[in-house]
Amino acid sequence: MALLQIAEPGLSAAPHRHRLAVGIDLGTTHSLVATVRNGSSEVLADLAGRHLLPSIVHYRADAPPEVGDVARAAAAADPKNVVVSVKRLMGRGADDLAKLAPTPYAYGVGAGQIQIETAAGPKTPVEVSADILKTLRERAEASLGGELTGAIITVPAYFDDAQRQATKDAARLAGIEVLRLLNEPTAAAIAYGLDNGSEGIYAVYDLGGGTFDLSILRLERGVFEVLATSGDSALGGDDFDECLVRWAIETAALQTPSDTELRRLHTAARRAKEALSGWPETRFQVELDTGALDLPLTRETFEALTVELVQRTLAPIKRALRDAKLKVGAIDGVVMVGGATRMPCVQRAASAFFGKPVLCNLDPDQVVALGAAIQANVLVGNRSADDWLLLDVIPLSLGLETMGGLVEKIVPRNSTLPVARAQDFTTFKDGQTAMSIHVVQGERELVAECRSLAHFELRGIPPLAAGAARIRVTFQVDADGLLSVSAREQSSGVEATVAVKPSYGLTDEEIARMLKESIANAEADAAARMRREETVEAERLSEATEAALDADGAILLDEEERARIRGALGNLRAAIVAGDIDALRRSSGALNALSQDYASRRMDAAIQTALAGRRLAEL
Amino acid sequence: MQVSLTERAAAHVQKFLSKRGKGVGLRLGVKTSGCSGMAYTLEFADDFLDEDVRFQSHGVTVIVDPKSLVYLEGTELDFVREGLNEGFKFNNPNVKNTCGCGESFQV
Repeated sequence: MALLQIAEPGLSAAPHRHRLAVGIDLGTTHSLVATVRNGSSEVLADLAGRHLLPSIVHYRADAPPEVGDVARAAAAADPKNVVVSVKRLMGRGADDLAKLAPTPYAYGVGAGQIQIETAAGPKTPVEVSADILKTLRERAEASLGGELTGAIITVPAYFDDAQRQATKDAARLAGIEVLRLLNEPTAAAIAYGLDNGSEGIYAVYDLGGGTFDLSILRLERGVFEVLATSGDSALGGDDFDECLVRWAIETAALQTPSDTELRRLHTAARRAKEALSGWPETRFQVELDTGALDLPLTRETFEALTVELVQRTLAPIKRALRDAKLKVGAIDGVVMVGGATRMPCVQRAASAFFGKPVLCNLDPDQVVALGAAIQANVLVGNRSADDWLLLDVIPLSLGLETMGGLVEKIVPRNSTLPVARAQDFTTFKDGQTAMSIHVVQGERELVAECRSLAHFELRGIPPLAAGAARIRVTFQVDADGLLSVSAREQSSGVEATVAVKPSYGLTDEEIARMLKESIANAEADAAARMRREETVEAERLSEATEAALDADGAILLDEEERARIRGALGNLRAAIVAGDIDALRRSSGALNALSQDYASRRMDAAIQTALAGRRLAEL
Repeated sequence: MQVSLTERAAAHVQKFLSKRGKGVGLRLGVKTSGCSGMAYTLEFADDFLDEDVRFQSHGVTVIVDPKSLVYLEGTELDFVREGLNEGFKFNNPNVKNTCGCGESFQV
């Protein structure tokens, strides 16, 4: 006999058509799975009643992998085969390895992806994540009593195309149909927004184990719109533990602790940190090879040690406010997400910055999964979608390369998804029949400073004078944040398209760095852009003059005029080569002035040719 | 004859109703579908219809429409846990056959 759940009025599922949908929070340190049952969302526990599944996988030579607490228990004994924090490796290429924090794993490289050498053979981050997802899927199917129709998986707002694609690949490998990917802060807002039914502009402050995300969302008449996202991808609860470990090593004057001792110190630090969220003082206790360590620790000491970490969360908040063009006072409420926001000092800092108490009435560890479950339930059709929809934003601007290595931004950062934008481009040279389109992602003005996403070519452009062809380039980003670019020559209709199958490779840190650099270098970039633009213009001028001289210079100009123009042209070319911007401007002006008369003579000649032999009435 | 809840089922219904924040009771019914003829429906109720038959059971108002009542008379609704899965179960004395999965039945 199947077990039934109470449905909303009129929404009883027909037999054999139960649609089981879950929301999955695939976290750096912990993962969760939640679903909607009897009208409210809840996180599913395992047989032992545990809700959080540590995102840890233990690979063994001749046994299936272990996931979760059992894998964590094996970490000390078998560090090389116990993979932790695999989320940080998602969607990264081999060249990113050098920039990563040191890990105990042996890496190999296959098919452009990182591989971790384990006792069970090489494993890619996608496969490791798939093992975690598989465990969650089994847990969900056991507690719901049926096969899953689909799942929503949450990803950090900072995840780029490659990382989102890698997450989808992992789900497919785990046998989960991804209904869509959802930004974590957006999921949190759903959990709060729907449960409380409040409207207004909210900031979502998500301080997790290893990342900090700040999002600004507008909730209005049941519609969620993400106004801006920002963050620091190398800041989280783990850094607070690290602070405590350093403090313990200093205070007890420990000589370089061994790897196992370091692990124990980290565990003790986490325990002490968690205790201090509830009590004003605790003891930092750990068993070391040299004997037991037992230090008293007060909340004041802890907060003094970590004050700089807490302060670091404020800069991304200011950036997001700027992006959303809002003042602090416009924020109606602050939603706290992530286990680290249990720390009183974090809540205090956020509350002081925004000048209002923060919202933390849902479990900060569960809120993302709960929101994802609500969204999943709507998407499989278990609930009427009413009329609320969800708008996400792209984290970094998308654009393409134009002459001179400049970036033309087509879709600005923080545009709401899904989005389609088009812009017309033209040819640079006479008779140009092909155009190479280089799609880039980033905030900087020069291509070299941005991330290259894809290259493709549009061929078969009809040969026309420079500037006459019209090529419309369209950028489309779907609801999952995946990009496709198409280019179409308007008169002939030739078209080329690329779906950006992003090359695995951009890291969280890089995105954060790119954002920071774009602000730090705004002025230098603008100057560089101006310089490049002038150089491109000067090149165009010299090309056009050269072409004109070849065509009719001998007919329309006398010897002396030709020599003067050639001289000015030579000066301009020299200035281009030298990269001297003042000389460039001067010689551009000189050439322009000299050739003005020539240009009008050419125009007259062209009109004469066009009119020759025609009667007035024909015109 | 009437339709009733076990104490355990009533406690869960009350918990779900209060979590949901609205609703006047629990509506039980049958509809023709599924592989074996009939299937149960189990829904929150926001209002009563004129023809509804109401029962009180451990503090919960159970609402059944007269057409369904023919098939449900004497039914007791229980809340059970089977492994990791938990949910409501109809103990219906009218049932002669159920389909393999138990989601639909014949009288």
